[in-house]
Amino acid sequence: MDFTAIGTIASKEFRDRIRNRWVLAVALVFTVFALVIAYFGGAQQGSVGFRSMEFTIASLVSLVIYLIPLIALLLGFDAIVGERERGSLDLLLSLPITRFELLIGKYLGLAAALTVSTVVGFGLVAVVLATQFSSTSLLHYAAFTFSSVLLGLSFLSIAVMLSVFASERTRASGLAIAVWFFFVLIFDLLLLGALVVTSGQYGGEVFPYLLLANPADVFRVLNLLALDDVRTLYGLATVFPESLARLWVLVLVMCAWIAAPIALAAWRFRK
Amino acid sequence: MTSIIQAHAEGAATAAPAAPPAIRIEAVSRHFGPIRAVDQVDLEVPRGELFGLIGHNGAGKSTLFKMMLGLLPLTSGRIRIDGEDNSGGNFRAVRRKIGYLPENVVLYDNLTGLETLHFFARLKHAPTDQCAAVLERVGLSHAAGRRVREYSKGMRQRLGFAQALLGSPRILFLDEPTNGLDPEAIRAFYATLRGLRNEGVTIVLTSHILSEIQERVDRLAIMAAGRIQARGTVQALREQMDLPLTMELVLGAVSAEDVLRAVESLGLEHSQREPGTLVLRCPRPLKLRALQCVAALSAGLQDIHVHEPSLEDVFFGFSD
Repeated sequence: MDFTAIGTIASKEFRDRIRNRWVLAVALVFTVFALVIAYFGGAQQGSVGFRSMEFTIASLVSLVIYLIPLIALLLGFDAIVGERERGSLDLLLSLPITRFELLIGKYLGLAAALTVSTVVGFGLVAVVLATQFSSTSLLHYAAFTFSSVLLGLSFLSIAVMLSVFASERTRASGLAIAVWFFFVLIFDLLLLGALVVTSGQYGGEVFPYLLLANPADVFRVLNLLALDDVRTLYGLATVFPESLARLWVLVLVMCAWIAAPIALAAWRFRK
Repeated sequence: MTSIIQAHAEGAATAAPAAPPAIRIEAVSRHFGPIRAVDQVDLEVPRGELFGLIGHNGAGKSTLFKMMLGLLPLTSGRIRIDGEDNSGGNFRAVRRKIGYLPENVVLYDNLTGLETLHFFARLKHAPTDQCAAVLERVGLSHAAGRRVREYSKGMRQRLGFAQALLGSPRILFLDEPTNGLDPEAIRAFYATLRGLRNEGVTIVLTSHILSEIQERVDRLAIMAAGRIQARGTVQALREQMDLPLTMELVLGAVSAEDVLRAVESLGLEHSQREPGTLVLRCPRPLKLRALQCVAALSAGLQDIHVHEPSLEDVFFGFSD
């Protein structure tokens, strides 16, 4: 394994996103949205201002679950197919590097850009929240930020996989949007629909496991489980089996969602 | 003294068998479904040769190129680059000897020229302090610090060429390298290529502008329908095709009829492109006799131009 090559490709990708201000723009989006949600999140209940950390995180989760998958998919969908279309892929592949090194270098560079913008974006808000909340609840906020990074990395992994499988850039972008619709909008509706149609009589105990088949749901459950107040609020404790209701299990599932698509991409890209 | 001679003799004895050709292609085929993109191609390019590969779009040049570079698996056959397999376990060592300029490559807009070269130098494990000299060699020193997005088409092409030169490759693969270059830049480009060849670098290039490469390559191969239809020096190909020369006479006091009467016994084809001129097509063996006949009328002629068949004529002859 040529780590210099991986590092060279990753740092070029990262520097590209710094230079075209992608990192800055996304960090700003996160900061602004997080601040607005933290401050105005309770407006529907007739009050504004910072409320408990649990409510802040619960509101942020429902924002992030839409936003981060979309940003990650848009970041990664043309990683390989874009090079192919530009004609530079053949050049890269003629160099003394393996296809795996190229793929993983690309992924790591983009992952670094996404991670930095997520951590900086939410980190700036943490500075404001630190004046309002206890240090324990800030730890919760840090955990939320960490899970947001994992969510981003899993969808970035899916995006890079699409960029390997798609033959054209436009097709890759279409697939990326389709993936977003499926995981973020349709998946839960399908599960819910199935539950309602069967009146919850059949296979009810399977549904929590089905949630693991969607990284966005894993992210949601991960965050809601971590917060005692929210757990009772959503009635999650009652439906979620004990075997899954462990943070490390869910973090592992999230990591699998990062590793599996990129592994599939590497397998496909070898040919 | 003896030891020096001995060392020389030993050196010669070990060097001679250990010098395979730069490129050896043996019975290579590549099929895409029913399409035989490359069909049973044999080709050998010796070290230090400037070799041209020409053919129409879809003739199989690019496919052959990609197989030489190890980018595309072969359906059958064997390719050795400097005696080694380019896609086997030793591919890194083989690829460090190679420089490649793809056709119409678009490099990275956000990087400067120098950063682009640093990027590729690191991937090739070439010393990065080489980059400035390489930029100088392709005439881009003045633009080293400018972003590639500000480069003209010709500058981008030269940057692509510079990238191929990093790591002092022993074999260069250049796909349509003069695309987008103006005539002056093309001249400079071929001067650089000759310099490299004199340093012992083997160069394989493709082009569809036949007139541009015909006087500049050592040898060339004509590809059509996935096969190599002909190969050799331009002169050898002309002779092999046995195309007629054309003689263009600018008439003065003599008329076209007078000339035709003089060469009647040779049975030459003729045509008249414009009034006052006459074009004769003359098979090579009749060249001197035709010239004698025409020379007898020279008092009545203003001028004679003799044209060798162009590479275009040769090319279309082989690829039709």
